[in-house]
Amino acid sequence: MTPDVKEQLDELLSPYSGESGDLIPILQEVQERFGYLPRQVMQKIAKFLRLPESIVYGVGTFYAQFKFVPTGKRIVKVCRGTACHVRGGARLLCEVERHLGIKPGETTDNLEYSLETIACFGSCALAPVIVIDKNVYGRMTTKKVATVFL
Amino acid sequence: MTFDEIKAKAMSEWEALEHSDKPRILIGAATCGRASGALTMLEAINSELAQHNIEATIIQVGCIGLCYAEPLVDIVKPNRPRICYGNVTPEIIPQLIQDYIIKDNPRSDLALGTIGDGSIKDIPKLFELPMLKPQVRIVLRNCGIIDPENINHYIARDGYSGLVKALGMKPEEVIEEIKRSGLRGRGGAGFPTGLKWEFCRKSPGKVKYLICNADEGDPGAFMNRSLLEGDPHAVLEGMLIGAYAIGATEGYIYIRAEYPLAIERLELALRQMADYGLLGDNILGSNFSFHIKIKQGAGAFVCGEETALMVSIEGKRGMPRSRPPFPAQSGLWGKPTNINNVGTWGHVSAVLQRDSNWYASYGSEKSKGTKVFALAGKVNRTGLIEVPMGISLQEIIYGIGGGIPDDKRFKAVQTGGPSGGFLPANLLNLPVDYESLTQAGSIMGSGGMIVLDEDNCIVETAKFFLSFTQVESCGKCVLCRLGTKQMLDILEDITTGKGKLEDIDLLIDLAEAVKVGSLCGLGGTAPNPVLTTIRYFRDEYEAHINEKRCPALACLELISYYILPDKCEGCGICLRDCPSEAISGGKRLVHIIDQSKCSKCGTCLDVCPTRFSAVVKVSGEKVEVPSEPVPVVATKKIHEPS
Repeated sequence: MTPDVKEQLDELLSPYSGESGDLIPILQEVQERFGYLPRQVMQKIAKFLRLPESIVYGVGTFYAQFKFVPTGKRIVKVCRGTACHVRGGARLLCEVERHLGIKPGETTDNLEYSLETIACFGSCALAPVIVIDKNVYGRMTTKKVATVFL
Repeated sequence: MTFDEIKAKAMSEWEALEHSDKPRILIGAATCGRASGALTMLEAINSELAQHNIEATIIQVGCIGLCYAEPLVDIVKPNRPRICYGNVTPEIIPQLIQDYIIKDNPRSDLALGTIGDGSIKDIPKLFELPMLKPQVRIVLRNCGIIDPENINHYIARDGYSGLVKALGMKPEEVIEEIKRSGLRGRGGAGFPTGLKWEFCRKSPGKVKYLICNADEGDPGAFMNRSLLEGDPHAVLEGMLIGAYAIGATEGYIYIRAEYPLAIERLELALRQMADYGLLGDNILGSNFSFHIKIKQGAGAFVCGEETALMVSIEGKRGMPRSRPPFPAQSGLWGKPTNINNVGTWGHVSAVLQRDSNWYASYGSEKSKGTKVFALAGKVNRTGLIEVPMGISLQEIIYGIGGGIPDDKRFKAVQTGGPSGGFLPANLLNLPVDYESLTQAGSIMGSGGMIVLDEDNCIVETAKFFLSFTQVESCGKCVLCRLGTKQMLDILEDITTGKGKLEDIDLLIDLAEAVKVGSLCGLGGTAPNPVLTTIRYFRDEYEAHINEKRCPALACLELISYYILPDKCEGCGICLRDCPSEAISGGKRLVHIIDQSKCSKCGTCLDVCPTRFSAVVKVSGEKVEVPSEPVPVVATKKIHEPS
């Protein structure tokens, strides 16, 4: 672990008292800060919460929010919910894949974009929907895809 | 401050706002408002106001439910009713400000309707419009009306009066009141809320927990998100009433991380409550103490199931467990726990603010009150609606929703999300209540209601739902883990032309086994979409299997695109735009699609000029085309003048 990462992790853990019930919120903060769950960070968390590493890893692999490889600077999420699907979500995903040159779960070579699919954002009346970082784009069409990446 | 003092202060603030001599501009800026450009509108509004040196109060409100017309901008001028403008663009903003705010022309051509007392010539009353008239907004009473970030707005409109009433009653009396209202859980299962609270109340122990299930994982559902973003206090007040009734000391709101705006508004609302003595120790000076923490989900649909949700709060993998013991006896950390959905809490605060008789006057005999639905899919007026239980599907889809776009034929309506079923046209008169929907093979569910038309393949949509539940299965039960996978493989075969005659009966067998062999609601209901589609749309399955034909022309492996030789004029547009370079041809030569290269993207169909309409999409048939591009004139038939 680099000193910088160690310092960030110490700062992240400081408000927590070491209760095992805090595992998920801690992992969420790590995911937010580092973009993924680095192995050594997970080991440190296991020590801090006095849990076996396998338990920490087991929780990390259960929830879709957690990644184990670095993600791109910008996360592109295409909704694969029912309303979006019924309004052309699958075709939209194809176009986004074609535009970025990657499939869901992958990151572009320049580490600029990662692509994911999400079950539902809850903006179903504006289907189909794409979210880039925190920006939600509704009523998407294949033609509009190029414009949202500008 | 006593509650009376708080309320007086809130009322005077609200009155001052209502009677302000400054114009007020309200923008629907919940997540769906933002997704359609509300924040861009906000910038345009601020800029235009600055240009003309106009001072106005701008409020970002929640969702009034007219999602199909977002972005919505409302203007209130002193002594005039509020006017709601829909489908607003940055170009329209300057017109509204100059024409209405400055020159007093309300632009009835751009207005959807007015809200409140008084009327304006040529503008209908918003709540008389077909989309809103049948609705009864109890839970959504404040959404789109108040500033969700201002607790005083909530309090001025009877907010927390329900809690004050409850604190003056015995906890058992509060439970009786909820029982009398007939309220049933709005999360989907529809268990009587008062009874559920009573079980928890009667469980021994000093430490009890209360949970608000805000995981809303059903794709197609945004009822909870809209309520939390538009009126968080309606939910929080409900939680306080519930905590008092069951004797809980600590509460959790388990909310999915995909709802950042709702989380932000909840955190703010909790701080505001604490400031007013509405949360924490000795609430409003009483003996009742209650604290609330927020826990974010981490992307697991199964954590919407109550036992999985509780272990997730405990920091573990979200895998359900068998019941008994029920959460009311042994839940979070083994303590008695009551868990209810966001919507249920919103109803609770309404019931206590008025009374149970009033609430029970809505709805049908066994399904009292109202239900919020997220109407989406192939319907003209998509949005968030709240209707009395017992209203028919017909009235929702055609009356409120305005029917199917582009005059397409209705095929089915899906209720209950991935746990629900598809109901066909001949069931449109079905009343929407718990029992009727269950008898028909679907479920009420959390409130997602998705309309499908003739262009949606029912088999493919059933496959879509199953692929969702299959991925989200926690894996604990063999039948859920493996059964859903096998069902999905069979559906994959059917939609790609590899289906066999025995597949339908095998699907039914597997479906019934998965339902019986799963310990939680995910596995227990995952087969429902498949079962209802086989029940009501067997002919579509049979077409896929026996004729390798997709009647909706949707399943990619079963469709083909052809360019009709007698219609093609050789203009070259499709050749140029084809992303797979699958089209050969030349100027004034009939273009031909190479079926082996075609990716079925449909671009050629989209771009072929309408006056030629030379591209067709077919399934289960072949179209005769030349083996190589031939001159257009040679194959063109003489068409009769039409």
